[in-house]
Amino acid sequence: MSIKVRYFASLKERVGRSEDDLTFTGLITVHEVWSQTNLDKPLPPNTLAAVNMDYVELDTIVLDGDIVAFFPPVTGG
Amino acid sequence: MTIKITAEAFDPYQEIQAYQQAKTDNIGAIGATSIFIGTLRDFNDGDTVKGMTLEYYPGMTEKQLELCIVEAQQQWQLIDSLVIHRVGDILPADTIVLVAVWSSHRGDAFDASRYIMEALKSKVPFWKKELLVTEIERWVTHNTNGYQAG
Repeated sequence: MSIKVRYFASLKERVGRSEDDLTFTGLITVHEVWSQTNLDKPLPPNTLAAVNMDYVELDTIVLDGDIVAFFPPVTGG
Repeated sequence: MTIKITAEAFDPYQEIQAYQQAKTDNIGAIGATSIFIGTLRDFNDGDTVKGMTLEYYPGMTEKQLELCIVEAQQQWQLIDSLVIHRVGDILPADTIVLVAVWSSHRGDAFDASRYIMEALKSKVPFWKKELLVTEIERWVTHNTNGYQAG
């Protein structure tokens, strides 16, 4: 299965790229998506996650073709 | 309901007037219009701010903003609503956000516009990066509760 992983704002600068493509087998959670794409870096505290543009918890299982996004707390308005 | 994300500077008063004048249905039912306009200050956290860049997540930003308005529609009786939010490079005194809500009664208009604005602040993916006069760039890490003492 393959998914796209996107990063925004300060988190994008922290990881040094805006997206990753991840291929995997079996069931993995959103948190494991982070672990597999950012082997040397723990998930920063307060990071928010979305799958297909909806907010999710980190233990959500991802599916083939999903777009997973990680970003810091929002600061609009 | 209308949502606009724009990289162009806009005049919120012209937008409100044009939007209301273009309405042809239910215009006679309008008894209250509540408006919030957010503007970029030239100071923050004790520093002078020269400008700001606003990043967003195209698609998710619009989706989450629509959800905020739908939640407001479920709680209050609304006739229409308009939300415009800037992205990209912004200068002090530029309008960042406009929230306008039309309803028959003031209670619905006041409460819904406040709700939409607060929900936008906490749920909708926008991120601000300030440019200070010292040429230092820094990300705004969190939104405040909206009061000077807060």
